[in-house]
Amino acid sequence: MNSLFPSIVSRSQSSGLMNFFVPIISIVLTLITGSIIFVLLGFDPVYALYTFFISPISSTYGISELFVKATPLALIAIGLSYCFKNNIYNIGAEGQLTMGAIFGGGIGILFHDTNAFWLLPLMIFAGAIGGALWGLIPAILKTKFNTNEILTSLMLVYVALFILDYLVVGPWKDPFGYSFPKSRPFSESGRMPLLFDGLRVHFGLIITLFLIFVSWFIFSKTIFGFQLKVSGYSPKAARYAGFNQTTLVFFAFAICGAFAGIAGLAEVSGPIGLLYRDISPNYGFTAIIVAFLGRLHPIGIIFASLVIALTYLGAEDAQLFLQIPSAVGFIFQGLVLFYLLGAELLINYKLTYKKLL
Amino acid sequence: MSDTILNIENITKSFPRVIANKKVTFDIKKNAVHAILGENGAGKSTLVKILYGLLEPDEGNIKLNNKDFKVNSPAEARKQGIGMVFQHFSLFDSLSVKENLILGIDEKMSYSDLEDKLENISSRYNLPLDLDAPITALSAGEKQRVEIVRILLQDPQILIMDEPTSVLTPQEVESLFVTLNALVKEGRTILYITHKLEEVISICDTVTIMRSGEIIDTSSTANQTAKTLATKMLGQKLDDLKTNYEHIKDEVNFEVKNISCDFNDPFLTDLKNISFQVRVGEIYGIAGVAGNGQSELMDILTGENINIKSGSITFDNKKIEKYGPQKRRDLSISFVPENRLGHSAVPELSLSENILLSQFPKNNFIKNGIILKNNVDDFANNVINEFKVITPGNDAKASSLSGGNLQKYVIGREISSKPKILIISHPTWGIDAGAEHSIRESLIELSQNGTSIIVISQDLDELIEITHKISVIYDGNLSKPFKTSEIEIEKLGLLMGGKNE
Repeated sequence: MNSLFPSIVSRSQSSGLMNFFVPIISIVLTLITGSIIFVLLGFDPVYALYTFFISPISSTYGISELFVKATPLALIAIGLSYCFKNNIYNIGAEGQLTMGAIFGGGIGILFHDTNAFWLLPLMIFAGAIGGALWGLIPAILKTKFNTNEILTSLMLVYVALFILDYLVVGPWKDPFGYSFPKSRPFSESGRMPLLFDGLRVHFGLIITLFLIFVSWFIFSKTIFGFQLKVSGYSPKAARYAGFNQTTLVFFAFAICGAFAGIAGLAEVSGPIGLLYRDISPNYGFTAIIVAFLGRLHPIGIIFASLVIALTYLGAEDAQLFLQIPSAVGFIFQGLVLFYLLGAELLINYKLTYKKLL
Repeated sequence: MSDTILNIENITKSFPRVIANKKVTFDIKKNAVHAILGENGAGKSTLVKILYGLLEPDEGNIKLNNKDFKVNSPAEARKQGIGMVFQHFSLFDSLSVKENLILGIDEKMSYSDLEDKLENISSRYNLPLDLDAPITALSAGEKQRVEIVRILLQDPQILIMDEPTSVLTPQEVESLFVTLNALVKEGRTILYITHKLEEVISICDTVTIMRSGEIIDTSSTANQTAKTLATKMLGQKLDDLKTNYEHIKDEVNFEVKNISCDFNDPFLTDLKNISFQVRVGEIYGIAGVAGNGQSELMDILTGENINIKSGSITFDNKKIEKYGPQKRRDLSISFVPENRLGHSAVPELSLSENILLSQFPKNNFIKNGIILKNNVDDFANNVINEFKVITPGNDAKASSLSGGNLQKYVIGREISSKPKILIISHPTWGIDAGAEHSIRESLIELSQNGTSIIVISQDLDELIEITHKISVIYDGNLSKPFKTSEIEIEKLGLLMGGKNE
């Protein structure tokens, strides 16, 4: 007879197969839990899941929207993997995104009546600088004062949001905006070019794909990527090898901040076109889920960003057609992360049923 | 036998590749301090872990007060009257002494009952405690007191102390001995695990000496001297020595001078004025029992710790004590620290990738920041072939190799670059006999080709087999060197036990 409950046994080597299957297992479990929630709310689970996950992408416009949402998620998530691979828990990407939007958007507001080819590149560059500088603050605090980057990076999110708040109701308020808390619109050349007429998917997607490719190259081919990896797996081995861990912390934060900053700028110069209070529906936080769901791998992150982007769209459709709050989208994101963290156990452990005598 | 409290009969315990206890048999008398003396790896810890219910013996019986004694957990052992104070404390740093005591005992007790009992214990056994102090504010000796009191609250007949003096100051040691004597006067029995000869003679009544898992002798300490104990502990290790001194050049190329280093940490050993010289082609051994400053010294030799208080390291006429590991490798100095997994190799990475942890100027692994994978793979394959590493290929993860194979690989990686000096800690720790032999051979061969080698090891057999000179580290002090071919084993034993005549 076997025992009723399996016991957890450590694997001699972590399972590569499970590394691949864990994200899939967690998505399946999320869907099952989701349908139970829908049943409890009194909906037909098949119809509800259809409304949530299929109907939003059953049109060209829907697919374009999927890419619009996935673009910032994927870009921030690939930036976060520089930190996470090095075991640095930067969870302040939302703040770095906001700072990128402020720096880049600031250029856009300054040149609101200029139309020139250099404007958008300058804004992108400023966005990257803004995000990187904001990311460097927790890096300095961590390396100089040994503070916990989880706390400092998170707190800086709210500082950045309040700065944005202050700017759009104060000095950067649109003089012709009837006192709405928003800035002037950027000039036409300060906007991300659209990829297709009539669809909102924009040039930010190309930037994202390019940076994902560059990151893949850095992670797999360069000594810098190798140093990040070693320092994450085993700080002692990194010290033995003589890698400068302070430098690695700085680079990881700066790159992550720059990517989040570009994502923020791409949002304000893409779909939005100006600065206002709510430029990001928590992309910076949700990207943490994307990074882990994608196993910190560039290809994985592309797929994960599409899955998570779908929860944003699904939530909107669910609100429209099922009259349930769009916050259900966050429940799905939470469930994915919950099951993901749980299922990670299967990479290094296996479940076995002990024989009872 | 009415005065025997514990009979240990034929206890055998084996682990993969090593038999830790071989038919261990001895009796422990009631109302005495009984020492178990032995080198690292002699099997002391395994034996007491069996007594305390942490390990299950493969064979053998234990009788407590002439009744069969079999426990499956420390809680059961405590119920039967055996308590243990570990070398490393298990206390909650942020909680107070009182809270730790309440949490640590098996039965429920109110604070007022506890305070009454404590009052009693504190005064009877010389164990003063400030109940409201947080653990973080205590010295190592005070923390140990908390651990002892915690065990005494449960009124044990036998108290096992595992290397209790290793983290204490001399004053604290004296105060501990007062406590132990008071406990014995009351009729309790102390099982005292140690490698320090002096302590055995000054505080213990009986001593059991263990070597390679076997009992060598159990006798009264009355007619023992540090010398006789040392000889029994180490055995005769000087048979058929054939160290070859001819290739050594009369030229010092590595010199450590007056290195001192303070850590302010009870679990680290401060280094005191360490000096030694290594000549070209010489193998210099540093012997000593674990925890006497070896890993602290290793970090300073590798450059992983460059915060020394004073002193210098000179190599090829350059002062290198402020150089980090990579700068030292650039000078052709190579190192292999004690731990393979997570220090000299990253278990999650492939063998090929692990090559990149240690790069020497002549390696052509990186160009403009990009890894030249073919060169790295070729190098890895060479190491695998030349050092007969058993593995499916260079893409196998380091964690998939056996200890011996991974060690051969790591050492192979270091010596393939033909370093001028190799600094290696515990080269054959925890590996099988075959790998052990081939590693020692390759070290000897390397020295004959002109590389100087510093070996830090607890394994005296190993040091005597391969080195040309040996000095002993004890409590952060390094003894003067002895020529291996003329060494007296007694002298070494005394130095390792902290006795310098």
